[in-house]
Amino acid sequence: MLQITGLTHSYADGHLALDGLDLTVPDGELVSIVGPSGCGKSTLLRCTAGLIRPTGGRLTLNGAPIGGVPDDLAVVFQDYSRSLFPWLTVRDNVALPLRRRGKSRAERRAAAQEALESVGLPDAGRKYPWQLSGGMQQRVSIARALAYRPSLMLMDEPFGSVDAQTREDLEDLVLQVHRNEKMTILLVTHDIDESVYVGDRVVVLNRSPARVHADLPVSLPAVRDQIGTRSDPEFVRLRAEVGRLVRGGAKVAGAAPADADRGT
Amino acid sequence: MTAATLGAGTARRGGPAGRAARGLLHRLLPLVLLIAGWEAATRASDSPFFPPPSQIVRRMRDMWLSGPANHLYFSAEAGDSIMPSLGRMFLGLALSVVVGVLLGLALGRSEQALAYLEPLLQFCRVIPPPTLVPVFIVLFDLGTQMQVASIIFSAIWPILLNTADGARSVDPVQMATAQAFRLSAVQRLRFVIIPSALPKIFAGLRLALSLALILMVFSELLPGTSDGLGFELTNAQSQSDLPTIWSVIVLLGILGYLFNTILLAVERRILAKHRAGAKG
Ligand SMILES: Nc1ncnc2c1ncn2[C@@H]1O[C@H](COP(=O)(O)OP(=O)(O)OP(=O)(O)O)[C@@H](O)[C@H]1O
Ligand SMILES: [Mg+2]
Repeated sequence: MLQITGLTHSYADGHLALDGLDLTVPDGELVSIVGPSGCGKSTLLRCTAGLIRPTGGRLTLNGAPIGGVPDDLAVVFQDYSRSLFPWLTVRDNVALPLRRRGKSRAERRAAAQEALESVGLPDAGRKYPWQLSGGMQQRVSIARALAYRPSLMLMDEPFGSVDAQTREDLEDLVLQVHRNEKMTILLVTHDIDESVYVGDRVVVLNRSPARVHADLPVSLPAVRDQIGTRSDPEFVRLRAEVGRLVRGGAKVAGAAPADADRGT
Repeated sequence: MTAATLGAGTARRGGPAGRAARGLLHRLLPLVLLIAGWEAATRASDSPFFPPPSQIVRRMRDMWLSGPANHLYFSAEAGDSIMPSLGRMFLGLALSVVVGVLLGLALGRSEQALAYLEPLLQFCRVIPPPTLVPVFIVLFDLGTQMQVASIIFSAIWPILLNTADGARSVDPVQMATAQAFRLSAVQRLRFVIIPSALPKIFAGLRLALSLALILMVFSELLPGTSDGLGFELTNAQSQSDLPTIWSVIVLLGILGYLFNTILLAVERRILAKHRAGAKG
């Protein structure tokens, strides 16, 4: 269980990115996070990953405060191309974090190859990241996180640079590992349809500084498919609702006006 | 650089081998012309201070390349003068690299240490190393110890400062990645910090190489020296043996060029991935 209470962060230049954000994520849940560009989504993930120390609030993972980077956590960075090491081959990039797992060289390579195959890059292992297109690099960084088999995965706009078809395949891949491995996932996206399609829950953030504007449960069947789910009336209703909320619409659940006023 | 440009100019004609040969020819042409002009001028003037290149080459061969075939023709004298010099230079350079890189990495990763020490290090770096040689003569045993110390003291600064700079400027996203996947300190050094600092380390190494060559000769010009190229130079000077003086000068030029070329080739090989990565 990940518990975030009153999370506040202002950067060194005084910019307030998060202002009292509360969020609780039970184990094994996939939470989609949407919000306007620059509102603080990446900052939220970085705090959760223990990469930056927030200036206020509390973060706990399974009851223990997050001080440094928690064990068993993987991150897919928004800046995927800069998060791959250009001097390592694609396979070595994917296999590098597995060194801590006490695996042999052969096991690491096999795991890396398997992860690369799962993201549709079976032949890229021997190449260097800069020999791949942006979308392929993004998939390599997803493969690296998957090969690591974390219990908590943070994904920052992980499918931003891939084509529509690959994107749907990757969404299904994430859903599959989420189900099979009972992985807890926070997934930031700009795509409203995607947030509903992959999420057990959609969290909408305010315009900067970020707080939770709305938190919608997604009551769609756990097993989803690209065609059936997207034409489900519940899906259609939710995506309209999320779309309205992202554009700054008030929450229907009543307490919305007071909450909106606090921001000004 | 120049080779590549010239090579590109002739790329239309002939295969890769022909292209390489023509490229080499173009590069050597100015040198050949220079030597021919020098030969003509020195023969015409007949000055004892400027022996013609042909005489210098003959002297170099007699001095250093008149040995038996199983020594690759290197003479005993080559072993007595060139080898000790190069031995000290490479020892000094190797120690500078080891100490410079280790200290540089430590400094580069510690913002406070660097902030405190950088002015001091820059100060040490700008002191012209030859001026410190007299101090080393007092501090160390005359001969090899003092010579190696002089070489280290000149060659270590560019390596140390460049390594520190490289280790400091690792891409923050790469550092965050290493942190997020909880790489150990050793793994971070080996897979992230050192590779990322490598281009700067090589730049420092090239500077260090030329400084080491200078200090190699300079430290041998001083009393307490019994072998080496610098010693041979002083010796020849006291006997007004100008062909030998010129031979040493030419040899130093050749050695410097050779080492730099080798270093550049190694650097190009190792950094190929970095360069392409930076471009893409
Ligand atoms: N290192 C930093 N120093 C100062 N301000 C920063 C820093 N990083 C981010 N910010 C600011 O904090 C705010 C939130 O940034 P963040 O990257 O979290 O937004 P985001 O929601 O991820 O945006 P996007 O959707 O465009 O990725 C932005 O206004 C940004 O300018
Ligand atoms: Mg972001």
